[in-house]
Amino acid sequence: MNNYLLISIIILYLAFLFLIAYSAEKRSRSKWVNNPIVYSLSLGIYCSAWTYYGSVGIVAKSGISYLPIYLGPVIASPLWIILLRKVIRISKQHKISSIADFISLRYGNNRFLGALVTVVCLFGILPYISLQLKAVSETFEIMADETSYVSTSILDDSTFYIAVLLAIFATFFGTQKPDASEKHKGIVMSVAFESIVKLLFFLVIGVYVTFYLFDGTTDIYNSISKTENFSSLIKINGLEGGVNWLFTTMLSFIAIFLLPRQFQVSVLENNREKYLKYAIWMFPLYLLLFNAFVLFVTWGGMLKFGTSVNPDYYTLFLPLENNNVFLASLVFLGGFSAVISMVVVSTLALSVMLSNNLIIPYGFLDKFSKGHPEKNATYIKNIRRISIFSIIILAYVIYYNFSIELSLVSIGLMAFLIISQLAPSFFIGLFWNRGSSKASIISIIVGFSVTFYTLILPFTIQAFTGSTGFIDHGLFGIGSLKPYSLFGIDFLTPVTHAFFWSMSLNTLCYLIFSLASKGHYRERNYAEMFVDSRNYTSLQDGALVWKGEAFVADIKSVLVKFLGEKRAERALNIFFEKYRIPKDTIMADARLINFSEKLLTGSIGSASARILIAGVVKEEQISLVEVLKILEESKDTIATNKQLREKSIQLTTLTNQLKQANVDLMGKDKQKDEFLDTVAHELKTPITGIRAATELLIDENDDMPPEIRAQFLNNMLQDSERLSRLIHNILDFEKLARGKNTLEIKLQDVQKGIKKSLTVVESLALKKGVIITNKNPHKFSVPHDEDRLVQVMTNLLTNAIKFCPEKQGEITLDYKLGNSHIEISVTDNGKGIPPEDIDHIFDKFYQSKDQNTRKPEGSGLGLAICKEIIEQHKGKIWVDKEYKKGARLVFKLPFE
Amino acid sequence: MSKILIVDDEPNIVMTLEYAFRKQGFEVFIARDGSEALEILNKAIPNVVLLDIMMPNVDGYETLKKIKQNKVLENTKVVFLTAKNKMSDVEKGLALGADKYLTKPFSVKKIVSEIAELL
Repeated sequence: MNNYLLISIIILYLAFLFLIAYSAEKRSRSKWVNNPIVYSLSLGIYCSAWTYYGSVGIVAKSGISYLPIYLGPVIASPLWIILLRKVIRISKQHKISSIADFISLRYGNNRFLGALVTVVCLFGILPYISLQLKAVSETFEIMADETSYVSTSILDDSTFYIAVLLAIFATFFGTQKPDASEKHKGIVMSVAFESIVKLLFFLVIGVYVTFYLFDGTTDIYNSISKTENFSSLIKINGLEGGVNWLFTTMLSFIAIFLLPRQFQVSVLENNREKYLKYAIWMFPLYLLLFNAFVLFVTWGGMLKFGTSVNPDYYTLFLPLENNNVFLASLVFLGGFSAVISMVVVSTLALSVMLSNNLIIPYGFLDKFSKGHPEKNATYIKNIRRISIFSIIILAYVIYYNFSIELSLVSIGLMAFLIISQLAPSFFIGLFWNRGSSKASIISIIVGFSVTFYTLILPFTIQAFTGSTGFIDHGLFGIGSLKPYSLFGIDFLTPVTHAFFWSMSLNTLCYLIFSLASKGHYRERNYAEMFVDSRNYTSLQDGALVWKGEAFVADIKSVLVKFLGEKRAERALNIFFEKYRIPKDTIMADARLINFSEKLLTGSIGSASARILIAGVVKEEQISLVEVLKILEESKDTIATNKQLREKSIQLTTLTNQLKQANVDLMGKDKQKDEFLDTVAHELKTPITGIRAATELLIDENDDMPPEIRAQFLNNMLQDSERLSRLIHNILDFEKLARGKNTLEIKLQDVQKGIKKSLTVVESLALKKGVIITNKNPHKFSVPHDEDRLVQVMTNLLTNAIKFCPEKQGEITLDYKLGNSHIEISVTDNGKGIPPEDIDHIFDKFYQSKDQNTRKPEGSGLGLAICKEIIEQHKGKIWVDKEYKKGARLVFKLPFE
Repeated sequence: MSKILIVDDEPNIVMTLEYAFRKQGFEVFIARDGSEALEILNKAIPNVVLLDIMMPNVDGYETLKKIKQNKVLENTKVVFLTAKNKMSDVEKGLALGADKYLTKPFSVKKIVSEIAELL
């Protein structure tokens, strides 16, 4: 393909990515930008050019040993829900902007530790970026027409320009805000898009090779299995191979957490914790798809080319060999995508570390504390921009000078190994509060030194001098110091060997020094917060233990330097609102110190933030015991508060209950008064009648006609009867209502009671000419008090008879069965109950207004007593409102 | 001849009062509740009304109010005769404009003399 055409394609593609990133920044709140799929795809940044081209290379050379690189992440992904969520939560809380910041904060904003982590990352990642540039350069040469063309100076090397373009891209989208903990949605979106491109085109070439160039997977397998040495390509190679596998898997497990680009996309760019739920299955699926055709593409390449071309680039050579330039271009673009995302994000991550953890804390703090806020912001951005360019240029220089010595796989693994030196400080530090900064520093230095001696040094010496003397004979010719087989361990590959030694010594140092040294109170404080992130959200700003003197005004002046007057003012207002502190407070407390440090962390890193704030406050030393005590207290306070809240809720409920009871009582009291009043009135009426009549009868001067005398005597008799009935009913009702008259409930036939009550009212009915029909005379046993049932039935029947028309009265007695109760009804053909009375007829002394003025025989308590009796049977009594041809009263008794 | 209206829903009590007042030469009218009383009042225009309070439909208080509003009944005296004997009830009854407040149970002779005194 023509060089210029190729360059045009590259520029067009970059422009397109720029557009995607730009529109994502523009629509940073849209659901297209914020969703779990974009998040999961962005994790695909793990697949760099190393995966894209290198996997094929490894399979060609050493068979399936490429797999552990993917096994680690697959094993790690289910743990994300616990591990990564914790890390994300802490990072968000503290506005952490890089892995260096994270580790430095865990060990009490240790400035040196942050710088050390930054240096380690630079060592590991710079060559890795170079390697990516090399892949671009090599694939460019394969694609270009003039394959023999060798660039003679940097200025006519297309890779240089590509590197510069990538730096511009990273600068543009990576340094828009001085606060590095802000999200970079444009970059993440472009990474997600690139993840699709590289996967898609890799699958396309896989399908092309497997099904177009060959006749499917079986065909390739059959052909390749006939070649010699084939068996070595599909075996793990015994125990030694197994150990190598194990170590490489562990290495990639660590890398998926700690690689700066991986930390960037998975932790810092995470919008919502719940995305993790999708990522834990989407990401392994992505890796699986990526590796689906690796074996077949490699075998296809081996069958076609043997060792005549670099097996890393089989994916390009295969289509080119068949004159399919278009397909080769797609593959090229896929690989290019892998490179761009890796380079851009790695550079961004490194630049933030470089500026916030190395340059600013070690060189520019004084300047900042004097500078103007706007200038400071520009300054911070510029430091980061320069860092980005420096990193990419440095990577380019490494590539340009040592290009021949870099193989995709070896450099990639070396990067993993160097980064993995952070693992003990990171992982153990998350769960063990004793881990100290001193131990962390020592263990990282020791681990890195061991790595340097056992891998970097011999690799470099061999690459540049070609001599294997150091490797073969060891330092000073001491056999047990041979870098690839320290102390006689010679069955491991150089990388796993270096991993074994460095990780063992690293972890050992970390544990020993942590146990030996006590650590500053401040780091114990942060250790508690990181380890106990369960209580973390509730502790928040209060979790920082701090004692000393500080003026709000001083702290504000520091904030103003970085945030500007307005933002600082606003942030402080939010703080004061949140904790309900008066705005004119003069002395700052621990919460404000912590809050202010967090505000600055995003811009200048946690160590610098701490140093700046410490500069304006007079801090007192606190003993470790005191720290732990205060932490314990704040936990206790939370617990006590919780208890208090619960108690208060209980009290409120009790008070409400009491109030209700009081209202009930008062209601009852009033009811009782009314009841007594009514009773008195009801009693007085017959007594008045008797007294008046007696007075008249007793008057000897009176010549009362005999028929009137008889009438008066009869009235007196009636009134006496009424009086005694009334007294009886009142007592009966009172006893029932107070539960004094316990019912004698037995399982017995209701018909017996019904028959008895019919006998009672028989003469009354006969007198009025009312016919009573017992419609359902079958026996049925229900638990009840028979005397009381008779009382209820009699009452209902008496009432019915009373309201029946003379001579034409008809009363029907019926029962039907429900699932758990019997329903007995008394129906008459009288004039029915007026609607306004229906709700009141069971009230005490309620008498219908519509009743005949001639007071009926009742005491006004009959139905109230019925209701009481039925309710004491746990039943119910009511008026059937639907029935219009008379009155129907129904009650039910439960039999279960 | 003086006219008296007895308003009460208890027939046995009404019967004794009716007998006693007839004997004293009163022309006696009887109503079983307030609404019946109001009907009779307009026609009979009695000199005195003996009024129970707790009655169905229109109670004694309502009846008294209606009587007080009626110009025709300007000279009609109203006496409450009721079982409600609390001080507050008595005060309420008199405040509404009743001429006397008598309570049940009662002595027939006393009622008769109280009424005679009033006229």
